[in-house]
Amino acid sequence: MTTRKLIKQLLTNPLSLSGIVLILFFVIVAVFAPLIAPPPKRARDPYDMPRLGYSAEPQPPSEKAIFGTTEGQFDIFYGVVWGTRTAFKAGLIVTFSTLAIGLALGTTAAYYGGRIDEVLMRVVEIFQAFPFLLAAITMAAVLQPKLGRGIWTPMIALIVFGWTTYARLIRGDILSVKEREYVLAARVTGASDFRIILRHVIPNAIFPTMVVASMDIGTYVLSFAALSFLGVGVQVGYSDWGQIIAFARNWIPVLSKYWFIIAFPGGAITLYVLAWNLLGDAFRDILDPRMRGARGAA
Amino acid sequence: MVAYVVRRFLILPIILFGVSVLIFSMLMLLGPLERAALYVHDVPHTADGIERIVKKYGLDDPIHIQYWRWLVGKRDPETGELDGGILWGDFGWSQTAQMPVMQAIKEKFPGSAELALWSAIPMLTIGIYLGVQSAVHHNKFVDHVLRTFSIVGYSLPTFVFGLVMLMLFYSRLNLFPPERLSQWAKVIVYDATRFTQYTGMNTIDALLNLRFDVFLDALRHIVLPVIGLSYLNWALVLRVMRSSMLESLRQDYITTARSKGLMEKVVVNRHARKNALIPVATIGGLIFVGYLSGVVITETIYNLHGMGLLYADAALNLDIVTLLGLTLFNGLILIVGNLVVDIMYAFIDPRVRLS
Repeated sequence: MTTRKLIKQLLTNPLSLSGIVLILFFVIVAVFAPLIAPPPKRARDPYDMPRLGYSAEPQPPSEKAIFGTTEGQFDIFYGVVWGTRTAFKAGLIVTFSTLAIGLALGTTAAYYGGRIDEVLMRVVEIFQAFPFLLAAITMAAVLQPKLGRGIWTPMIALIVFGWTTYARLIRGDILSVKEREYVLAARVTGASDFRIILRHVIPNAIFPTMVVASMDIGTYVLSFAALSFLGVGVQVGYSDWGQIIAFARNWIPVLSKYWFIIAFPGGAITLYVLAWNLLGDAFRDILDPRMRGARGAA
Repeated sequence: MVAYVVRRFLILPIILFGVSVLIFSMLMLLGPLERAALYVHDVPHTADGIERIVKKYGLDDPIHIQYWRWLVGKRDPETGELDGGILWGDFGWSQTAQMPVMQAIKEKFPGSAELALWSAIPMLTIGIYLGVQSAVHHNKFVDHVLRTFSIVGYSLPTFVFGLVMLMLFYSRLNLFPPERLSQWAKVIVYDATRFTQYTGMNTIDALLNLRFDVFLDALRHIVLPVIGLSYLNWALVLRVMRSSMLESLRQDYITTARSKGLMEKVVVNRHARKNALIPVATIGGLIFVGYLSGVVITETIYNLHGMGLLYADAALNLDIVTLLGLTLFNGLILIVGNLVVDIMYAFIDPRVRLS
């Protein structure tokens, strides 16, 4: 299927079209965040949510804070707007890094086979014997004292345990591609291993992995937010949807009074993940798909 | 197939060894002082307080010595007897749970297992039913609605959905409270003279003890988490069931069944659905096995004491002993569970040969 036909299909399918529109909306919010929610003058880091006071009780939406404030008077509107940037960073960086690691290791294992394959696949099995979220929690908790409570701690934790799915997928597909005639032909002409892998093997084996990866962007944003929610992600007051929602944990018995702590950041993250899933779902339907790995933050 | 199972069981110790080395080295990224913090309950009164803890637990020994000590136990300098050691089945003392790790697992595992059991029922039955409907009405209105419904479920973060449910059904209506039991029911359940804890799963124990009031109370507490977990997974089950059903409906034997003049209902339910169920059984099995090691976020939100909550607490405390024990247990459950799913798969689908 040509790229042009693919794009046309994505734009005509109502589900994927709404996904694309939603993603565009979030891109605009992320790009224009400094205009939509200008950071205070003396801000140390624009990702720190400004505080409108120090009172312990969350305040409902008002003129000063249109989405209300959390306990400690962090401005929810500001956090939701700047959280869009955090979500893009987390989703894209984690997905691309895990994809790169998975591709490199999976390709090596499949192409060279033998002992290397055996060892690498055992390593994958060891990593997969950890439930994904639990492993990420542990890694984040360990990294926190070293890297601080910035955005990198949870991201690295997700990357360290995320690559295995891709390594497995690409390995399987390369195993079926590497004995095809055109690969053998390339080898006969004396092309180097590196060139064969890069020019002939990967391009023909990568599609299923890409489809899974496109659906995982949303999933990684969920896991990232989950780490913040559990207290091993970014620090309190950082513009991150999961971190804002974590404030709600202290108010569960009276949550109906403080609905705004969940409603706005919760709505934002749901729509964001939904957008990527709508797109990925359509992608998969179009590009003869396979099952996506059962992963996620339950 | 026997060869396959035997081979998997031979690999099992290697994987578990790898798992323990992996998590051990991860935790050794922390310095001895950071790991000592777990044992500090108060501000140390003397400057060498932390040093003493580091010495006492040997936290600054080389990695392999610490690993070895965890594996075979600590030799008492006077009597020469070994104390602890995972090889002899002693998982050590959990600082987080304030009890031996083994006992903590024994107490927390039923909580997670109960949740997994109850969630599996609606997840599979409703998921399968919806998947069949989606396939039968392929590309019609029903199909679109169901797919949208399931994608939304897949996109909803567990904690957002869980908190919204708590907001409505607990904070506002006070119908379904968090935790595993109400206070009065806890008093009954933990009273050994009146109540026998056969399994540790409150709903089942209550039935066995013929305490229907406790049963209803336990049920009331588990409704919300079960709904949450099922909704998040209906997407997956529905999707697998739908595509497998679509494939099954295209087979020749369906055409044959239709041309025999069978009712459409019989064709769909008896001929198509039965064969389409196989992949769903696998996915359902894998999800179930995954739940057994705990659903951290759900357990955190509803304050259900299970494996996930214990694990998260231990991770936040950097409690190495507990983390190691739980990880090994989870690894064992996951590997054996997946193997059981594999074998089950080969049994229900005779075409599958395990090798």
